[in-house]
Amino acid sequence: MNPIVDREKGLLELERRIAELRSANAKQPVDISAEIAALEAKYALIQREVFGELSAWEKVHMARHPNRPTTLDYLSQLDRFDELHGDRQIRDDPAIVGGFALLAGRAVVAIGQQRGRDTKENLRRNFGMVTPEGYRKVARLAKLAVRLGLPIITFVDTKGADPGIGSEERAQSEAIARCLYEFTLARVPIIATIIGEGGSGGALALAIADRVVMLEHSVYSVASPEGCAAILWGDAGKADEAAAHLKLTAQDLQRFGIVDEIVPEPLGGAHRDPVGMVGRVLEVVATALAGFDGQSADEILEVRYRRYRRLGAWQDGLREVGGAVP
Amino acid sequence: MPMPEWLRIRRSSDAGVSDAALWTKCPSCSEVLYRRDLAANLDVCPKCAHHFRMHAFDRIASIVDGDFTEIGADVLPLDPLGWADKRPYPAKLEADRQKSGLTEGVVTGLAKIGGFDVALGVMDFYFRGGTMGSVVGERITRLLEAARSASLPCVLFTASGGARMEEGMLALMQMAKTTAAVTRFIEAGNFMLVVLTDPTTGGVSASFAFQADVIVAEPKAMIGFAGRRVIEQTIRQKLPDQFQTAEFLLEKGHIDMVVDRRELRATLIRLFEYAAAGRRVTGSNGAVRTVPTGVDTQ
Repeated sequence: MNPIVDREKGLLELERRIAELRSANAKQPVDISAEIAALEAKYALIQREVFGELSAWEKVHMARHPNRPTTLDYLSQLDRFDELHGDRQIRDDPAIVGGFALLAGRAVVAIGQQRGRDTKENLRRNFGMVTPEGYRKVARLAKLAVRLGLPIITFVDTKGADPGIGSEERAQSEAIARCLYEFTLARVPIIATIIGEGGSGGALALAIADRVVMLEHSVYSVASPEGCAAILWGDAGKADEAAAHLKLTAQDLQRFGIVDEIVPEPLGGAHRDPVGMVGRVLEVVATALAGFDGQSADEILEVRYRRYRRLGAWQDGLREVGGAVP
Repeated sequence: MPMPEWLRIRRSSDAGVSDAALWTKCPSCSEVLYRRDLAANLDVCPKCAHHFRMHAFDRIASIVDGDFTEIGADVLPLDPLGWADKRPYPAKLEADRQKSGLTEGVVTGLAKIGGFDVALGVMDFYFRGGTMGSVVGERITRLLEAARSASLPCVLFTASGGARMEEGMLALMQMAKTTAAVTRFIEAGNFMLVVLTDPTTGGVSASFAFQADVIVAEPKAMIGFAGRRVIEQTIRQKLPDQFQTAEFLLEKGHIDMVVDRRELRATLIRLFEYAAAGRRVTGSNGAVRTVPTGVDTQ
C-alpha cells in the first residue's frame, strides 16, 4: 500500500497507450500523431500534477518505493565491487552489504543497508533493518578501511535498526554506539548518501561523514513518521501529520546544515531512470571524495569534529545558536 | 545532611508541596510510604527496595560531597522546527519547567565525590521524558570538554526515552555530537563512567551511554534500544517481565554491574580510585598528584 505506486498506475497505463499508438501509427496510413501529441501533453500535465510538488509524507512513500534503486544497484554500477561478509563473531547480516570497491578508479570501502526488492528478498534482508551483527560488520569494515587508508562511502536506506528480541539480547545499542564511535574517529574521508529512507539511529550509524549527500526525494528522520506518531500521540495512523512536522526532507535538512548536497531526481522519482540516477549519484560521490585529496587525516578529523560539534539549536544567554541556515 | 547552598538556591523556586503529596504508594509492593522517609532512603522503598525515579537535584545531592558548580545552565532550548501539535513545543517545555523545576532534561556540572574532582551529568526523566534535544546534547558536550581540559573523570547518570521528537533531526544529531565529545574525552586517556537508571533507551543508549568505560545500572532499570511497546507491536506478543531489565543486561554481558542506589556513592568512589590509581593524574588545579592505590572507603 504505497500511494505513490497507486498513482503511478494511471500514468503507466497512459504511457502504455501512447507507446501502442506510436507503433500503430508507424504501420497504418492514417496519421494519428496529433492524437499522440495530445495524449503526451496530458501525460506531462498529470505527471507534473502528481509529482511536481511532493509533500513530506509523499516523499516518505517515494523513498520507500519498491523500485527505487537500492544499495546493491549502486554497488553493481561501480567499476568493481567485492563483497566482504560477516561480523567475525555470530553471523553475516544480509541487511548490510559492504566490501572493497572501485569508484572512478579509486579504491574505497563501500557499505550500505540493503532492503529487499521483493517479498522473498525482504524477508531474507529483514526489510533493511540491521541487527547488531550487521552494525558490527560495519564497524569492522570501517576499521579495515582506516587501516588500509581507503575512503569510506556509505549508502543509507533503512526504516531503522531492527527492533527485535534477538537484537536487544545482543546489544543493539552498543553496536550502534560503536559504529558512531568508529566513524567519528575514522582517519579517512567518509561520504554518506541517503538513497532512500534514513530512519533514526539505525541510519545515523552509517551516516557520520565529512559530506552527506541526499537524493531529492529521500527522507532522513529522527524516527519513522509512524514511530513518531505512536510515541507522541499513541496513534501510528497519524504518520502523515508527523511527517509534516518532522522536517525530514532533503530540502529541510540542507537548511539545518545536516545535508550538504542534494542530487535531483527525474520527475516521478529515482526509479524512473535507475541507471542514470545511480550514475549521477556515484559521480557526485566521486567528486566529493576528490575534494579530500591532499588533506591530512588530522585536518579531516578536525573539520568532521567541528561539523557535528555545532549541530543543534539553542539559546546561550541572549544569543541564539544554530538552527536553520538563514 | 544540611542542604548545600547550590541546592537551596535552586529549590527556592519550587512550588509548595500539597498534603496529598506527603504520602506515596510503592508501585511494586503497594506499601504506603511517607515521602520524607522515602527521600531519606534515597527514593528507595524501605520495604521492597523498589527504586523510584529520582529528581536530578536529589540525585546530585545524594552523590556529591557538598558543592556542585553547574556548567551550561545558560544553555536553553529553542523551537527550531516551529513544532505544534496539541500544544506548541515551547508550551510543553514551559509546563515541564514548572513541573520539574528544571530548565532542561540534564543537569551538568563539576563536583567532588569522595574527594575526587569529577564532571557530573544527571538526566531527569521528569523533563520531557529525559529526551535528548539540542540542549541536552550541548550541555553534555560542554561537560565532556570541561572534563577533558581538566583531565577529570566523568560520570553520567542516564534516564531517557531517546531522542526528542519535537527537535527532529537536530535531536538525532545530538547522538553524533555527544559521540564526538566522548571520543575526544576517552582518547585523551580519561575515565568515563555511566550509571543507567530507569529508563534508558533509544538515542541515549545507542550513543554516549554505551560508549563509557564502565557501565553501572540501577536494579530493575529498563534499558534497551527499542522501547518495550515497539518490540511488542513488532513481534505481536508480550515480552517477559525480565526482558530489558538491568539484571537481564548484566546476564547478557552488556553492562558491568547492577548496584543498589544506597551503595552507589561508595561504588563510584571505588571506581574512581581504580581509574586514578594506575597513573599520575593532573588535578583540576593543574597540580600533578599521585593517587594512593590503597582502597579508602568512607
